[in-house]
Amino acid sequence: MIEIRNLTKRFGAFTAVKNLSFQAAPGEVLGFLGPNGAGKSTTMKMVTGFLPPTEGTVIVCGHDVLEDPRAAKARIGYLPEGAPLYPDMTPRSMMKFVGAARGMSSGRIKERMEVVTRLVDLHKVLDQRIETLSKGFKRRVGLALAILHDPDVLILDEPTDGLDPNQKHEVRQLIRSMAKGKVIVLSTHILEEVEAVCTRAMIVAAGQVCFDGTPAELRGRSRYAGAIEVAVTTADAEGARAAFEALASVHSIGDQAIYGEETRFVLFPVNGSRNSLLDDVQRISTEASWRLASLSVDRGRMDDVFRTVTSEGPQGSNSAVQPMKSGEVA
Amino acid sequence: MRGTLTIFKRELAGYFATPVAYVFLIIFLMLAGVFTWQIGGYYDVGQADLRGFFSFHPWLYLALIPALSMRLWAEERRSGTIELLMTLPISTANAVVGKFLAAWAFTGVALALTATNWLSVNYLGDPDNGVILASYIGSFLMAGAFLGLGSMLSSITKNQISAFVLTFSVSLLFVLAGFPAVTDAVSGWAPDVLTESVRNLSFLFHFDAITRGVVDARDALYFLSLIALSLFATAIIIDLKKAD
Repeated sequence: MIEIRNLTKRFGAFTAVKNLSFQAAPGEVLGFLGPNGAGKSTTMKMVTGFLPPTEGTVIVCGHDVLEDPRAAKARIGYLPEGAPLYPDMTPRSMMKFVGAARGMSSGRIKERMEVVTRLVDLHKVLDQRIETLSKGFKRRVGLALAILHDPDVLILDEPTDGLDPNQKHEVRQLIRSMAKGKVIVLSTHILEEVEAVCTRAMIVAAGQVCFDGTPAELRGRSRYAGAIEVAVTTADAEGARAAFEALASVHSIGDQAIYGEETRFVLFPVNGSRNSLLDDVQRISTEASWRLASLSVDRGRMDDVFRTVTSEGPQGSNSAVQPMKSGEVA
Repeated sequence: MRGTLTIFKRELAGYFATPVAYVFLIIFLMLAGVFTWQIGGYYDVGQADLRGFFSFHPWLYLALIPALSMRLWAEERRSGTIELLMTLPISTANAVVGKFLAAWAFTGVALALTATNWLSVNYLGDPDNGVILASYIGSFLMAGAFLGLGSMLSSITKNQISAFVLTFSVSLLFVLAGFPAVTDAVSGWAPDVLTESVRNLSFLFHFDAITRGVVDARDALYFLSLIALSLFATAIIIDLKKAD
């Protein structure tokens, strides 16, 4: 359980994190999203006790990070941005060192090292100097160190940054498999990652929360959510457009793009008439003998919401963004 | 305590995991040998003691210790491992003291390896072993003071070269403060108390006192308090600047 209340961090005149409040409970995988410089890393550094906040409190499993840093740090596993490691050590000696610094007995270190080595698949490089390892392996060593003491709270700063697609997939699977009974907070700017691993998405921009909800809700916030994407093959694109526009079930037409023979349209349905729009599209395509190349319902576009939300700032001043949820908890 | 010991072990092992340790040891021993037997004029003096050897220690440390201490914190800060280190459940003091003690122990190893000189003079003559022992203790204490300064100055920068230059310069001041050239310049105009204070700040002043054969509490205290003070400053600087 972590609880963050009115957290603020200023560096001189610059405010990196502004009055941030949220809670995360065990079982939650909280995806921390935001543009570069939004204050994600700074927040994580304060939660892990690396940086003292200018104002506000962080409570980790009942321990105030400022007042009882050791107890709080003992419950946190942390993967700093870029997974910094001592280059002249080996994964094995590194794990032994971190285990010892965490006060684990040598028996317990041995036992956990076996588990963790299997989890992140480090067998092959266990005794190789870290400076000789690939980026993917280094990241895995960082993860191994973070989960070595089986912490209740896991803070991962861009855990998949710089990994290839296969490695990304593995790390995401690993995170999902560990989620049970733990609080996991991870930062990313890969939107698909949030859907792939997170139970909750939180967007921060300029140090404030702009969105807090499930990844599905985030997607649903997109103006494209529920829109119909249709691709037809026809010589008369303008005619097709006019025909779509004339449909009673169409509210408006969004983007139009041409890919080779196909012309794609995004059709926004009138409220509640999505199914009849689907029927209408099929009907008029047959009537006009266009070949219907594809027809699908858009689930919403993450990057679209992300852009809208982060460019407009907090408090949902725009109609596309509803007021945030837990930002008001405090 | 546990934290300090863990850091100490990692750091000390770290010295021997890289060629740095061996290069340092070889150069230290070579210079120590050259100073003792050649430049120190051991054979000319016609006396079996290690005075020549020890009189060069401040200069040996001045050149070599900044090279050893420059990476203490600058490297942690540059590579970001400081974030890994400082989010472990150990205190800043644990880390500062652990790192310092490892560096000090390492110089202790270098110093211990010069014991061959001690054996040689005993073979060649009949030296005052009490004086030599005191000198070794004094040299070790002085090395600690150099390292304390080095630790402090390494913590204020991410750049090892800056740390080296800073440590060299500040250490030079501490060594030279006892030099006649400096004390004479001060004594010309300043009250005796000030001249005395300047001289008292000097590594040379206290080290010379010890190498005469008596480990006076005041001289030992001087080095130890300089170590304590600079480590205290290191911890404060780390806490303030670790995230920069």
